[in-house]
Amino acid sequence: MSLQPLIEIRNLKKVYQVPGGEVVALDGISLRIEKGEIYGIIGMSGAGKSTLIRCMNKLDIPNDGQILIDGQDILAMNGKQLMAARRKMSMIFQQFNLLMQKTVARNVRYPLEIAGVPKNKANARVKELLKLVELESKADAYPIQLSGGQRQRVAIARALASNPEVLLCDEATSALDPMTTQSILTLLQDINKRLGITVVLITHEMAVIRQICSRVAILDGGSIAEEGTVDDVFVHTRSAAGKRLFGILPSEEDDTVLDVDALRIVFDGGKETQPIIAELVKACGVEVNILSADVKRLNGKSYGQMMIEMPKDPQICQQVIAYLTVQGLTVKEVHV
Amino acid sequence: MKWMWPIWQDPFNVFMGAWKGIGGFLYSQIFGFINAKSWNILWPALGETLYMILLTTLISYLIGMALGVLLVVTRRNGIRPLPTFNAILGAIINFLRSIPFVILLATLLDTTFCITGKMTGTVPILFPLIISAFPYVARMVEGSLLEVDGGVIEAAKAMGSTTWQIIWKVMLPEAKPSLINGAAISMTTILGYTTMASVVSGGGLGAQGVIYGLNQRKYDIMYAAAIMLVVLVQIITVLGTALSRKHDHRIR
Ligand SMILES: Nc1ncnc2c1ncn2[C@@H]1O[C@H](COP(=O)(O)OP(=O)(O)OP(=O)(O)O)[C@@H](O)[C@H]1O
Ligand SMILES: [Mg+2]
Repeated sequence: MSLQPLIEIRNLKKVYQVPGGEVVALDGISLRIEKGEIYGIIGMSGAGKSTLIRCMNKLDIPNDGQILIDGQDILAMNGKQLMAARRKMSMIFQQFNLLMQKTVARNVRYPLEIAGVPKNKANARVKELLKLVELESKADAYPIQLSGGQRQRVAIARALASNPEVLLCDEATSALDPMTTQSILTLLQDINKRLGITVVLITHEMAVIRQICSRVAILDGGSIAEEGTVDDVFVHTRSAAGKRLFGILPSEEDDTVLDVDALRIVFDGGKETQPIIAELVKACGVEVNILSADVKRLNGKSYGQMMIEMPKDPQICQQVIAYLTVQGLTVKEVHV
Repeated sequence: MKWMWPIWQDPFNVFMGAWKGIGGFLYSQIFGFINAKSWNILWPALGETLYMILLTTLISYLIGMALGVLLVVTRRNGIRPLPTFNAILGAIINFLRSIPFVILLATLLDTTFCITGKMTGTVPILFPLIISAFPYVARMVEGSLLEVDGGVIEAAKAMGSTTWQIIWKVMLPEAKPSLINGAAISMTTILGYTTMASVVSGGGLGAQGVIYGLNQRKYDIMYAAAIMLVVLVQIITVLGTALSRKHDHRIR
């Protein structure tokens, strides 16, 4: 970890004036995002995610607090200085926000045009970028002729044109189907690894965080509910907001409370799912009632969680917990 | 200097000279079946009307486009908010828009007289025409620019665009189809004004309809003038729609 993070946010506050009162969108946010990481920000709708990321490039002006990008106070910047800072921090959006009257190539060339890059140099760079996002064949197409996933790839190519240090993604995959989401996430990961670009990723889907982020902050009602490495936050979820997001607690609107004691088994990339349960049944001689399971296999490893009904007999229960713990899994008693 | 810049010195007469030349050719080749006297009234009148429409549209757009952009850019949530300026500009435009054209015409005739030194003809009437057309155009342009997706403008901002770059490279190109449509609608409105103005000035299709139709009870000329105006509106509308579609890349 470097001494100075790439993005440092200190006690950020944002209040919107609305007819008949005010909305506190950000209520004292402090964050440190290191260079080269993929940092996730997750939260329910209205938690303040978009407001937070929009403050990072001063699209929104917070009421209080500080944002330092590479040690520079972005909120103090104006005019040319701000333009230059923004060119180093590209942004992609849920709705892609492409220029609908310009071709794919012209869209990608736009950041170069406004920066005054000579035409032939810009065109060469556009080619290179379209190759990176695998859309060379679509250079002369208009955005309307592309699928959602392809449009987001154009937006990513456009975002990379100015050689940014940071890529801010506001729900970049929320308008896409699961398959396309995968391909965009893989692309973002690739960009992060190959080009060393720091990625700040906003989402309301836990799967997205789990797949590519190194660290995550859970935003709830304008404050950070918890923050840490993805493994840690996911395995040892402490906040109610986190539990709701991960499906450990029913969401507020959802009233399907089961009212049973359960064991939560967390798979964090270690063991296989299937044999474990089969072995458990064999080893402890218990019936296992699976309440829910959300386990994904990635690169041959299992990630996710499973909820099983807690055996009534406390002794057998202890036995089950002991067995699973020995297998290297994290087990927690919860009430759902 | 007159011999160096003939068009600049008297564009109307240059235009009408060319127009009559074309008319003579067309009459000899195609329209020979029309009564020569009627032709000699209607053809120049059409030219005068076209001259008024085109020049009024051109100048109104030079002014109205700039004002329309200003109206959008300086809004409360625009890219360069200047709420006080916006309110004042809006009030002036609304004021000009609320004066009925006939009244503006009558009021401005005196002023026009002082400026040009003559009361009748096609050229002096351009002044009240432009005064009433440019506020209309400004609102039209404003409407078109407001249709541009806010997300795209935000993206342009996030990419580090200057205000000028957002206007020139994002807002105007993205609004192009709508601007073209608006221009066609403005032109038909201007055509309406032009017809009214021509009754006062004595030039153009509207004047011919009144002078020959009403005053001399030559209804054939009156109806011919009316039909030509209707056809003109149709042509402008159809061309506007076609051009707008041609430039709209949101259509698959
Ligand atoms: N321009 C605005 N004016 C007034 N209130 C706003 C404005 N923008 C956001 N808010 C309010 O601030 C709060 C946070 O909004 P924000 O858009 O940051 O949420 P979010 O976490 O991005 O939600 P979502 O997942 O739905 O995008 C909400 O209560 C919202 O109503
Ligand atoms: Mg949002």
